[in-house]
Amino acid sequence: MVKTKSNVIQKDAVVVKFVGDSGDGMQLSGTLFSDTAALEGLDLATFPDYPAEIRAPHNTIAGVSGFQVHVGAKKIETTGDLCDVLVAMNPASLKANLKWAKPGATIIVDENAFDEAALKKSGYTENPLENDSLSGYNLVKAPVTLLTREAVKHLSLDNKSADRSKNMFALGMMYHLFGWGFDHTYEFFGKKFKNKPDVIAANKAVLEAGFNYAETIEALSSVFQVSKAKMEPGRYRNITGNVATAWGFLAASERSGRPLFLGSYPITPATEILIELAKYKSLGAKVFQAEDEIAGICSAIGASYTGSLALTSTSGPGLSLKSEAIGLAVMTELPLVIVNVQRGGPSTGLPTKSEQSDLYQALFGRNGECPVVVIAASSSANCFYYAYMASKIAMEHMTPVILLTDGYLGNGSQLFRIPKVAELPEIKPPIAKPNDPDFKPYRRNPETLARQWALPGTEGLRHRVGGLEKEDIYGNVSTDPLNHQKMVDLREAKVQKIAEFIPEQEITGAKEGDVLVVSWGGTFGPVSEAVEALQKGGKSISHAHFNYIMPLPRNTASVLNGFKKVIVCELNSGQFVNYLKMTHPGHNYRKYNKVQGLPFTVTELVNVFNATLEEK
Amino acid sequence: MNNQPNLTIERSSVELTKEDFVSDQMVKWCPGCGAHAILSSVANVFPKIGYRKENFMFVSGIGCSSRFPYYVNTYGIHGIHGRAAAIASGVKISNPHLSVWVATGDGDSMAIGGNHFIHIIRRNIDVNIMLFNNQIYGLTKGQYSPTTPMGSVTKTSPQGTIEHPFNPGELVLGAQGTFFARVIDAVPRLMTEVMFEAAKHDGTSVVEILQNCVIFADKTHDSVTNKEHRDDRTIVLRNGEPMIFGKDKNKGIRLNGTRLEVVTLGENGVTEEDLLVHDAYQQDPGIHLMLAKMSYPHFPVALGVIRSAMYPTYDDMVEEQIAYAKAKQKIKTVDDLLNSGETWEIK
Repeated sequence: MVKTKSNVIQKDAVVVKFVGDSGDGMQLSGTLFSDTAALEGLDLATFPDYPAEIRAPHNTIAGVSGFQVHVGAKKIETTGDLCDVLVAMNPASLKANLKWAKPGATIIVDENAFDEAALKKSGYTENPLENDSLSGYNLVKAPVTLLTREAVKHLSLDNKSADRSKNMFALGMMYHLFGWGFDHTYEFFGKKFKNKPDVIAANKAVLEAGFNYAETIEALSSVFQVSKAKMEPGRYRNITGNVATAWGFLAASERSGRPLFLGSYPITPATEILIELAKYKSLGAKVFQAEDEIAGICSAIGASYTGSLALTSTSGPGLSLKSEAIGLAVMTELPLVIVNVQRGGPSTGLPTKSEQSDLYQALFGRNGECPVVVIAASSSANCFYYAYMASKIAMEHMTPVILLTDGYLGNGSQLFRIPKVAELPEIKPPIAKPNDPDFKPYRRNPETLARQWALPGTEGLRHRVGGLEKEDIYGNVSTDPLNHQKMVDLREAKVQKIAEFIPEQEITGAKEGDVLVVSWGGTFGPVSEAVEALQKGGKSISHAHFNYIMPLPRNTASVLNGFKKVIVCELNSGQFVNYLKMTHPGHNYRKYNKVQGLPFTVTELVNVFNATLEEK
Repeated sequence: MNNQPNLTIERSSVELTKEDFVSDQMVKWCPGCGAHAILSSVANVFPKIGYRKENFMFVSGIGCSSRFPYYVNTYGIHGIHGRAAAIASGVKISNPHLSVWVATGDGDSMAIGGNHFIHIIRRNIDVNIMLFNNQIYGLTKGQYSPTTPMGSVTKTSPQGTIEHPFNPGELVLGAQGTFFARVIDAVPRLMTEVMFEAAKHDGTSVVEILQNCVIFADKTHDSVTNKEHRDDRTIVLRNGEPMIFGKDKNKGIRLNGTRLEVVTLGENGVTEEDLLVHDAYQQDPGIHLMLAKMSYPHFPVALGVIRSAMYPTYDDMVEEQIAYAKAKQKIKTVDDLLNSGETWEIK
């Protein structure tokens, strides 16, 4: 009884969210769905949303795990505000995620999972599938559990093993909805379950059963068609922000000729950088899983002194622990990149949720006058580029650099146009030559104010560095008052001078107008989409998104000067806006902030910007 | 047994002297401080070790001992409090061709830096740690440390400390240390000899130096180290030799059941045959631990190399893994990496 679906809906972009219990395999369904979308030629962005607990109690709200995918024929910069399709594998996941579904969205549920016990655990007093609470949606009640068991009957698996493939049933339904093939997914099964033919057979059978079921039922009478995205020609891959960060460092190491050393301690959501770099000993990467955060950065400082591209990766609480050692790197003027994949704080805070609330800590969180370069990536894919640039600046200017990303960028994925390493900007560390008669540990290049990098083992350059204040040029310990003033000024000037080496700040839209929207770091996607929507509506609104925070781009003042109002949006209580007020006073600053562990939605931003435009 | 210095470190083509390692900086330790003798021993032993002078590197944390890098002409980092072992780990892993030395104190290594101290030892990274144990905080002027004897009156323990002190040797062996030695600052010959052995050892070596702080803990080790009774209250262990000590060389250490005991040669029929023969290279740390724990008045304090066991070093294994990966893995360049796995062309 196969029916032909005549009803094809053309879509520019579709947001799909897979949600279920944390053991339900939603991350896998989401990943396979997005990889297939990419192979079908669509642009995309993904975001996994999982609980802090490894396995929270079964069927509870706390245990809900989700994976959101935004696919489209246009450039995809966000993971989407609200979803067009919600796949919910149990009552708790439906309850927790219904608010993220668009009115009229297609909601696919496993009706077999809505039993009395599960409903009770999720806090439903009535079965939402049996009252009219979901009448505003296209509800598809699929007997996923039963049909999954049915599909693998011939394989003599027990119910528990059979149920593990339920996520493939949902995925199969999605493939039908989008009209996609199974090739990539089959290939994945083959690799993943290499020596388990039974498991491969089960997953294939369930995937096909899901596809066939979707084809049959009335509720899914229309299918989506998303045409191929128009993207810059080139070779592409899907990449998460954390992997992109790790690869950016590897590229910087290869291009600079300095071996890579990472000293790090596992911490959510930054651990993937450590895991990723640990894989590439073939590229000479030395990865040291230290005993704590402090040892992570201190080992990196030791490695930096000896000539490695030295890195440490962490998240907010870890950055707190590293503060004193960052001061040592500032004082010894050694290159070092500290990556902070920000999460909700303070303290342990919201480990798996995203925030931009470590900006103050990055800028100011140390004792003494302690300037550090601060750079922020703004998409999962450009984590690669900014990790590369952070390394370049650290080595060429002999300074620690803090690279801010966040959990949203780090765990989220995007399509990434693969560059050629030889085409990336050159990196030339100022390495001192053997027996240079003019070598002095703190003699500086007048253009950059950077001192030279004199590597142990080199003849004629023996010298000591350390945390005590050093005499200008000679580097001996000095407590002389005027020398201290001079060294404090020099360290600040060295960092400020980097403004001459970084790109000017760009503005999207007119250079003058009513409102300039300012944002930085991981919020680029929703902010740019919201501004673009208003620009299309003819509003006098422009956007400046900052990646270089300390120092700010050299044209920052002129960027701000062109606008009557400046609204700064950030996922904290107003840290960048205060930094701008301090460094560039006199503008009509407004702010929009959110600290909920959630990204901005385009809708909320459009409303805020409209209000700002209308305000007198 | 390993009699060769580390072969991966380049040797000096010219004969070096003590002067090659003297820095031009004024040494600012108190007159009479035990650290002067340690500095002098280092300057004496480095030419004998024979590496190029540019391949030596000192790392320190904070404290009186930690000013050491400024006073010796090598590459050096004066780090932050407690973190010398962590910094030195990064130095050695990053460049295994360096002879890396840490100067640290009892507070720096066992209080604020306790975590790094036990972990560098556990990993057996080839770093030589000189532990200046003066049983007091000197640079902050006289607070008790993790090795201050219980009951000691200090500025922060006016009624006497109520903390059980660490025995550094016990801590090192508990952390699976492969090399532990103990010396006295006032006996430079033994100190030089032991530092040479430490340099030869592949892996983390810890040399505890019973050091006198003339200002805040003067004579803290005196009941053991004073010349008057030193021979009766210490025993210098030498590999392969029976454990004999005493001014008259008539006392010894014997294993009685599972415990050590002090015996007198010639009494109760005890002969040299009955004494323990020191085996520093033994892998089993059991006897080493008992020797490291010996304390006055029941036992003489053990000096010299107590343990020097051969185990693979972390830094060697890193290089082995890299060499293996370079030979076996398909990804040889970052371009290979970027194009690995699932990629596709868009035209």
